[in-house]
This record gives sequence, structure tokens and C-alpha cells, in this order.
Amino acid sequence: MESGAIAYLGAGIGAGIAIVGGGIGIGLLAQGAMGGIARQPQSAGTIQTAMLIAAALIEGATLLALVICVLIVLMK
Amino acid sequence: MMGGGVTAGQLEAATAPDPALAAPAQGVDVGGHILHHILDSHDLEIVLPWIKVPLPRIEIAGIDLSITKHVVFMWIVAAFLSGVFWLASRRVHESVPRGLRNLIEILIVFIREEVARKSIGPGADRFVPYLLTTFFFILTCNLAGLIPGGSTATGNISVTAGLALIAFAVIHYGGIREHGLVAHFNNLVPHGLPGWLVPIMFVLELLSALIKPFALCIRLFANMMAGHVAILAFFSLIFILSDLYSGVVGVAVSPLVIAFELFVHLLELLVAFLQAYIFTMLTANFIGMSVHPAH
Repeated sequence: MESGAIAYLGAGIGAGIAIVGGGIGIGLLAQGAMGGIARQPQSAGTIQTAMLIAAALIEGATLLALVICVLIVLMK
Repeated sequence: MMGGGVTAGQLEAATAPDPALAAPAQGVDVGGHILHHILDSHDLEIVLPWIKVPLPRIEIAGIDLSITKHVVFMWIVAAFLSGVFWLASRRVHESVPRGLRNLIEILIVFIREEVARKSIGPGADRFVPYLLTTFFFILTCNLAGLIPGGSTATGNISVTAGLALIAFAVIHYGGIREHGLVAHFNNLVPHGLPGWLVPIMFVLELLSALIKPFALCIRLFANMMAGHVAILAFFSLIFILSDLYSGVVGVAVSPLVIAFELFVHLLELLVAFLQAYIFTMLTANFIGMSVHPAH
């Protein structure tokens, strides 16, 4: 395999693993948020806002890894 | 000269440009098309690529300061915001807000109360104009990229790096103004730590002070760029399928693809608001931690 092919393989697998981490993180977050709303429906607004903020932060970290994978593909 | 019997044919194949990356001989160059929409360019395209206006290239002392597409869009956003706020301010003397002032006032009061005053506490009013500017500029730049024919200035890492640098400057200016230069650095380390832990904590806190604006920059840039790549990639699926099979397949698939692409587009609308809010809220948090350290 030439080095170019291994680079593409690495970028693809890296992107997949990064998304797995982000997906699990946001899924756990959603689990906690749903449980909180189920216990106390009157605080649904506060929980929803906090959930969105935490989701954006987790997604920021995931996208950081994705940017590195895109850089691998774009910079030959 | 090269060991092991490399033939002339193998050498030529190894040094030839990678065929996977080259544009296909006939058909659509999807990668190049996506990159062309995402990246900055020295031409301004009005009404899609039919009218191309070349922009002036200015180079001062070896630094490329030319006016590019993203610079022009930032100016358009700035002019638009100035116009909207001037229009909203003409009614400022009425006691009951109506119309445009009402809409703008909802957002301004939200940022001032929920973001600035909650995060910074006393002395927040000094930072409210900066936070409002950040929020509205990032929001409008993000939204301008979603309009057909527009381009996202915040999808350029130089723009977000500039915004993050200004945030860094404001955070430390706030801290130094409140406590003085030496006391501000002393505040980085929590009080009441055992003596041997202080140098380690100091280095860690210094690193984190540098990493936090870097994370702000990357988060905004990656969210904006990834959203646009997703939209364009879905859209290019039509052309890829037309290339591979025939034009009919592309046309048949296009309602499905456009439905998917619209969904991602609406998601990007949510992400535009959310990322502007997150940037502003995190900056307000850091200013609050710097001006009123919890320890």
C-alpha cells in the first residue's frame, strides 16, 4: 500500500472513531436530561437549555478531531 | 541508483499525481467544487458563478492583506448590523417597545441578563457592549452563509482566530484592570494549596488560559465548516450519481437528496444561533472567572 492510501484510511477510521466518542457522550447527556425532565417536569426549560449548551461543547471537541481528519485528506 | 530493481514504469507510477485526487476527465469534480465554496477566494461571485468580480490584491510588507470574499462579506454584515440597529434605535424614546426595537430588545436583554450579569456579576455593564457585538456579529456572519449566494466569514479560521484573540485580550484586560498585573496572575492559582503544588498548578492554569481561546476559535470554525461541507456533500450526491449511472438516476434521486439537504440546512440554522450563543456565553464565563475569581 502506498503511503497515500494509508493516509486516507487513517483519516476515515479516525473520523469514525471521533464520531463514536461524540455520539456516546451526547447520548449519555441526553439520558441524564430525559431522566431529569421525567422526574421534575416543571424544570424542563432549565434542563433543556443546559443540555443544549453541554451538547454544543461536546460537539466542539468532536469537531476538533474531525477537522484534523479533513486536514489529512486536504493536505496531500 | 535506486536499489532493488525498480523499473522505469514503477518509478513513473510512484511519482505520478495520485489518480484518486485528480479531477475526473469528464464529469463533475466534487471535491474541488466543495472546496471552492468553503475556502476564501480572491474573486467575488455575484448571483452564483456567472458574474465574477476580481477583488484587489494588497500586499503590505510581505503580508497578504488583500480584500477577499470573506472580507467583503464581513463588511456587508457590519453595514447590515449598523443599519438594523440604527433603525431599531429610532424608536428608543417610546416607553412601550414596538416593531424592530422590540425584536432587538429581546435579544439584547437576554444577553445582558442571562449571559453577562449572571456570569460576570457586579461590574458586568462594562463588558456588555463587547459581548453584544460578539454575539450579533457571529450570529449574522453565520446566517449570511446560509443564504444562497452568501459565504460564511466565520468558516475561515483566520476570522475565528481574530475573534478568539480579541476575547483573550478582553478577558485579561478585565482581570488586570480589576486586580493589577501581578495580582491577576496570582489569581490564576487557587489559594490554600500545598507549596509544592503551586508551580504545577501555575503552569497548568497558564496553559489553560491559552487553550481556552484556541478552543473557542476551533469550535466555531469547525461547526461552520462542517455544516457547509455536509450541505454541499449531500447536494453533490445528485451529480455523483448522474456521473456514475446516467442523468436519469440523478434526477430521480434529487427529491430525496434535496429533502435531506434541507434538513441539514435547517439544522445549520439552529447551529448558527447556538454557536453564537456558546461563544458569547463562554467568553462571559471566562471574563467572570478573571474579574471575580471564585477563590
